Amino acid sequence: MKKRLSTYLKELEDESIHIMREVAAEFRNPVMLYSIGKDSSVMLHLAMKAFYPAKPPFPLLHVDTTWKFREMIAFRDSEAKRLGVELLVHINEQGVRDGISPITHGSALYTDIMKTESLKQTLAAHGYDAAFGGARRDEEKSRAKERVYSFRNAAQNWDPKRQRPELWHLANTGIKPGESMRVFPLSNWTELDVWTYIYLENIPVVPLYFAAERPVVERSGMLIMVDDDRLPLDPGETPRMERVRFRTLGCYPLTGAIKSDAATLPEIIEELIATRHSERQGRVIDHDQAGSMEKKKQEGYF
Amino acid sequence: MARLRVVGSEKDSAAERVDARIAADEDRGLLRFLTCGSVDDGKSTLIGRLLYDSALVYEDQLKSAERDSKRANAGRNEIDLSLLVDGLQAEREQGITIDVAYRYFSTPRRKFIVADTPGHVQYTRNMATGASNCEFAVLLIDARQGVLNQTRRHACILSLLGIKKVALAINKMDLVDFDQATFEEIAEAFSEFAQPLGFELITAIPVSALKGDNVTSPSANMHWYRGPTLLGHLETVDLSHDTQERPFRFPVQWVNRPDQNFRGYAGTVASGTVRPGDEVIIHPSGRRVHVARIVTADGDLEIARQGDAVTITFAEEVDASRGDVISGIEEQPQVADQIAARLVWFDEEPMLPGRSYTLKCGGQTTTATISALKYKINVDNLDHVAGKTLELNEAGECNLSTGKPIVFDPYAENTDTGSIILIDRCTNATVAAGMIEFGLRRATSIQWQELFVDKGARAQLKGQKPCVLWFTGLSGSGKSTIANTLEKRLHALGRHTYMLDGDNIRHGLSKDLGFTDADRVENIRRVAEAAKLFVDAGLIVMVSFISPFRSERRMARELFGDGEFIEVYVDTPLEVCEARDPKGLYRKARAGLISNFTGIDSGYEPPERAELDLKTSETSPDALAESVLAELRRRHVV
Repeated sequence: MKKRLSTYLKELEDESIHIMREVAAEFRNPVMLYSIGKDSSVMLHLAMKAFYPAKPPFPLLHVDTTWKFREMIAFRDSEAKRLGVELLVHINEQGVRDGISPITHGSALYTDIMKTESLKQTLAAHGYDAAFGGARRDEEKSRAKERVYSFRNAAQNWDPKRQRPELWHLANTGIKPGESMRVFPLSNWTELDVWTYIYLENIPVVPLYFAAERPVVERSGMLIMVDDDRLPLDPGETPRMERVRFRTLGCYPLTGAIKSDAATLPEIIEELIATRHSERQGRVIDHDQAGSMEKKKQEGYF
Repeated sequence: MARLRVVGSEKDSAAERVDARIAADEDRGLLRFLTCGSVDDGKSTLIGRLLYDSALVYEDQLKSAERDSKRANAGRNEIDLSLLVDGLQAEREQGITIDVAYRYFSTPRRKFIVADTPGHVQYTRNMATGASNCEFAVLLIDARQGVLNQTRRHACILSLLGIKKVALAINKMDLVDFDQATFEEIAEAFSEFAQPLGFELITAIPVSALKGDNVTSPSANMHWYRGPTLLGHLETVDLSHDTQERPFRFPVQWVNRPDQNFRGYAGTVASGTVRPGDEVIIHPSGRRVHVARIVTADGDLEIARQGDAVTITFAEEVDASRGDVISGIEEQPQVADQIAARLVWFDEEPMLPGRSYTLKCGGQTTTATISALKYKINVDNLDHVAGKTLELNEAGECNLSTGKPIVFDPYAENTDTGSIILIDRCTNATVAAGMIEFGLRRATSIQWQELFVDKGARAQLKGQKPCVLWFTGLSGSGKSTIANTLEKRLHALGRHTYMLDGDNIRHGLSKDLGFTDADRVENIRRVAEAAKLFVDAGLIVMVSFISPFRSERRMARELFGDGEFIEVYVDTPLEVCEARDPKGLYRKARAGLISNFTGIDSGYEPPERAELDLKTSETSPDALAESVLAELRRRHVV
């Protein structure tokens, strides 16, 4: 049974819905970037609410790196079917032909080609003038300064010194041909808000968020799940079964699991309240160097 | 990596504990506040302290700040809390905040969204931006420096943006030996300065963000201070102005039309409440309709309140669109294409009167030009200063002329429907933020009431064709005499009439007006409007007014439909009028006892094409009245 939202969660929900409607009304060709994670689940749920009884007036777009967890792909397809929304999947085929992988090319180059470049390719090819993303300001320091409506030039780059001021609820949505807007309706949500909302609204999420026995290997202090046989094992290395779950989901060779017994939403929420590790710690790409997220964002990463 | 374990409690399961926690949270509200103050007043450190002390900093974030602290301040071992907050790489290098940063933390009482705004003088626009979405502000002052120019500027911007409640965090108390007198001096100086700024509440709190005194826990170093800690104040400050019942406003954001059977209007309630069955008005069309349903994905609502994002359907078939504003039937918004607004200029290109900008107000987008800069507002003290243009970071009171009428409320009454932004049409840069003061064209600010019984229906009931007979001529020419005779005749014929006589009107409707040209013009305008109302009521109206100027008679004529306005020139030479002098006015005028008297020291412009020209020196008033009646018959008025 659905539970009542607290005052502040209701306020966050209303704000996100307002932003989505504004984009639907002001842009010619919007798209929602759907990354299959918990934030995307919440964003999609909010979109279903914002335009009810109509369906969201824009498609979902998943930029598939071909290295996502298998359970993520299965979840993606079943959710699109369940909700009756249009789902587009884009893969950087050139990258696939070149055999770009996180294992042989390193996380930085791989992310650039299979995520950043791939995303830019498809946004440009379809002429999308606005793209929703599920990023939250509490995730990382440089994101704390990002606007809800984040202007991108024709090269889809972000200039942190030339951001548009956001006054009241008035969005300056003016863009020229080739330029676009990335829009973050969950800007003001925190990780705890997201999980509490998922719990109260009964929103489906990928099962990888819940603790289960999974085959893992340890790499530079991170627990990497062996999701398929593409992950090369060192001589003598054998995956061991551990009770783990994921706080954040991405490409499986780059996403660290945490040891946990939290197998239900309330257990995840309790764990989150007790935990002292921020969620992006499980992401290899954030630690390339100090300020690395900001650099990726300027180049066009979400 | 340690396995994470949940600390046990008396509750049986995580679900029960989480449910209990959520139940306790139900009424936990959201407070959006901004922090501002001069460079180096310690804003970032203060926010870092709030986050750190409310246990919202994760280990890895702390580690990264520790690493950065060591790099930035070689040798110091303390963690620099500001590094938790100063996000962008450039800031870490230059040691300044260059943009608005948003931070989140919560306590069992409230969730907080903090806008950390810059203290650098050139970034005033960012502070206005931060303030526009906040209801409360924490203004920092360095206890060693006291109230600075920047402090005053920031207080003024807060005031301009309508922030009513501020906390004055007098920081770095540790560096002035926690001295009570220093604190009180600064608090006093600020209160005195802020007197005209209209803050409802100023709460001064002595703190040390670096050491933690009075931020989240009471200071052991300042026993003389008995007020709340900063966090305690943030948790409890009363924002009850939000709960006051205000008129219903619903700007239409998006028309929801999935199929032929559903047409809904999606938007967020800007103020007030609405229920199914309520009669509402769609602006600017003025259509009155009834709310059928308040639709949400979670089921229809019995009531929608301020802040609710809903979809409204109407019982009647109507065609509303994005930009329309729906209100209740009482206390309607204004509609005007000329507005007065306070602008804060955001662009390096100065404001240019006469240039066309894009204006956004809620869901409305139109063009706007600044027709006049009435005065600049000195943001250091809110004084009015003469000026021709606004430069970056300057504020001013302007008149704006919009491409089409906009629906709005004054900003002081409603920040959602009273705020605007101006956008450069070439660069798409946001060049100004604006707070609407009022509409300039009064007539358009009152929405046309939709009427179901119209002029035709009223006239039909009376069996007559309404019109106005506009008698013009010199004083003493015989206007009133003829008009009175005519009215008696019409009355006897069973016609519904009304007489508007110049002298009588000046005892009531126009008693505040004199006889200057400007007042005469206004007098005619009032009479013409009053005549129009009577014609609309289905009456035959006689106006007996000198009405000396052609342009005002033309203005009056243009208020009426074809054939409704009959200009009657009572053509009596000045010598005849002066000889008659029934009220002795010519004599007084000649004696200089009355000034601006028509025909003596104020001109009369005879009509060029009056419908009737009556020569009183040749024919009696009765015969003249009869000739007017003949004309009315010819026109099928009677």
